[in-house]
Amino acid sequence: MSTNGHSLPLIETVGLKKYFSIAAGQLHAVDNINLAINPGETLGLVGESGCGKSTLGRVLLRLIEPTSGQVLFKGENILSFDKARMRQIRREMQIIFQDPYSSINPRMSVAEIIAEFLIVNRIYRTKTEAFNQAAKLMDVVGLARRFANSYPHELDGGRRQRIGIARALSLNPKFIVCDEPVSALDVAIQAQILNLLMDLQDELGLTYLFITHDLSVVKHISTEIAVMYLGQCVEKAPTEILFNNPLHPYTKALLAAIPEPRIEMRQKKIELIQGELMSPVNPAPGCRFASRCPYRKEVCTKADPMFYSYEEGHFVSCYLYSDQSAC
Amino acid sequence: MKNTLLKIKDLQVVYKTDVETVHAVNRISFSLEKGETIGIVGETGAGKTTTALSILRLLPERTGQITGGKITFCGIDLLKLPESRMRDIRGERIAMIFQDPMTSLNPVFTVGEQIAEALRLHNSQNRKEKQIDARVDEVLNLVGIPVSRKIEYPHQFSGGMKQRVVIAMALACEPDLLIADEPTTALDVTIQAQVLLMIRELRDRLGTSMIMITHDLGIVAQTCDNVAVMYAGELIELGTAQDIFCGERHHPYTNGLFGSIPNLKEKSKRLIPIPGLMPDPTALPVGCSFSPRCRDCMDICLTKHPGIYSKGTHRIQCHLFANNPDWQEVAES
Repeated sequence: MSTNGHSLPLIETVGLKKYFSIAAGQLHAVDNINLAINPGETLGLVGESGCGKSTLGRVLLRLIEPTSGQVLFKGENILSFDKARMRQIRREMQIIFQDPYSSINPRMSVAEIIAEFLIVNRIYRTKTEAFNQAAKLMDVVGLARRFANSYPHELDGGRRQRIGIARALSLNPKFIVCDEPVSALDVAIQAQILNLLMDLQDELGLTYLFITHDLSVVKHISTEIAVMYLGQCVEKAPTEILFNNPLHPYTKALLAAIPEPRIEMRQKKIELIQGELMSPVNPAPGCRFASRCPYRKEVCTKADPMFYSYEEGHFVSCYLYSDQSAC
Repeated sequence: MKNTLLKIKDLQVVYKTDVETVHAVNRISFSLEKGETIGIVGETGAGKTTTALSILRLLPERTGQITGGKITFCGIDLLKLPESRMRDIRGERIAMIFQDPMTSLNPVFTVGEQIAEALRLHNSQNRKEKQIDARVDEVLNLVGIPVSRKIEYPHQFSGGMKQRVVIAMALACEPDLLIADEPTTALDVTIQAQVLLMIRELRDRLGTSMIMITHDLGIVAQTCDNVAVMYAGELIELGTAQDIFCGERHHPYTNGLFGSIPNLKEKSKRLIPIPGLMPDPTALPVGCSFSPRCRDCMDICLTKHPGIYSKGTHRIQCHLFANNPDWQEVAES
């Protein structure tokens, strides 16, 4: 499902699956995901907790080995790479974690944390050079140099997240997985970090996979959005189109559920979906959302729906649109 | 004639440790009418939860101290009550829903027992065991949990269901005042919508007054009649939801909060965040506590603590409103 054929996507997945074997059976964390992100763009990945967003992010970087499928980075399947080549390619793909409190080593100073990747990868001949580069990175992410010798516990969440960003940038990556980078932050600080990530993208031409459960954040930062439900991608569209014309009943419910900071909306009757996520262990065939869906038909519980192309760049996996061309 | 349920006047709370004194709440005043909902908004560390805990007198014993002010609930001065009387009020007349349903339930008791415990402790109606049992079923129905699940343990419930259990416990004794401290922060957005709708319906049906503590302006817009904005332990803006969401002028901090939220309806390029961070509560700035981050900071803001200016129901604590004929200074009493 490559969106526009004329440019080669930086990263692409083909039929990517990750099943975890647990006592109760197979947990379908990532189930047949086909995505492509073009260079310099941001794909927003939205979904509720437990839908497999973070697992997908990690499988893309091969931090978790997938069960089957392909991950193509610049057209090459990185799953076939050996350790040495993987080590090379990892410099170009980095990750920023959700929780700046637990994703950085509390016993290292800020400068040490940022310089660590440079030293491990032997980018510079001397440590002094590495630390000089770390200081430059601190400027890039807006961390005052006086914090270079501070320890993470001395800093607040926003500054800690800036350390995480500086560390991810240290090896000049092309692609960064941002796994809920602003969820743990206060709204005022969240805005500062979002602006920083967008500025860095403009300056350095970065490509992001932006994982979040917050739809207003994802709308702000993404060029394209994929909605995930129980390991599967249910809808994918350019940001404006998705917000103006959501097709899948789950996407609609997700959009309706956001409380808006305007009181005119208070009287609005919202269409709530009932129930909760079903278990991702050995899921029954058919649409994963069927048990909560108000438009459920008999066919929905028989077989997985195909991906239907509704309009340019807008794909939906739902039988309501089965009159559209499948792809 | 208004019927005031809760009145807080000049409340001051500090946390004292051996090394420092944290000024968590600094002279805040507001009141809550019967049947109304007030939203308290602000960033982490603004003093929202401390205010709520002060009302229930649940501040950590060793460090937390109410150093001044008055909290009146139904004409009773809560801060002067002996602990035993306070215990009667807690849970029965004022109930609280905590942020994290995972940690506010006891893992070794079934949810039915936990709801019944609140009823047994506050048994003003002299209910028999059977009647308590019936009441447990009733509140479970109220929050949409099948009665058959009351013999289950908290770990068998999902996050949204656990929060429903906590709400059932809080409502079991039909409190006059419900304090909800970030009740949906730990939940997913579709579950959050379900829980918020339920809280709203129950509040309207039972006529309970509510204090809704949140950092999400969206939740405030959907649920609250009045809004209080807190910053560094002070109440910097207070008004009706109409004043806060549709009013023309705001405290610069409130403007900053609105500028920080990505807008769902309009296409925006960049957010306009508030620069800097909340001040260190052990060493608050002289003058206005927001002055170091304020775009409209004037000389006077650095030296003199701002007064409160009001226009109708809307109150703002900021020097920008001095000498404005539309805004009257509220005399401090």
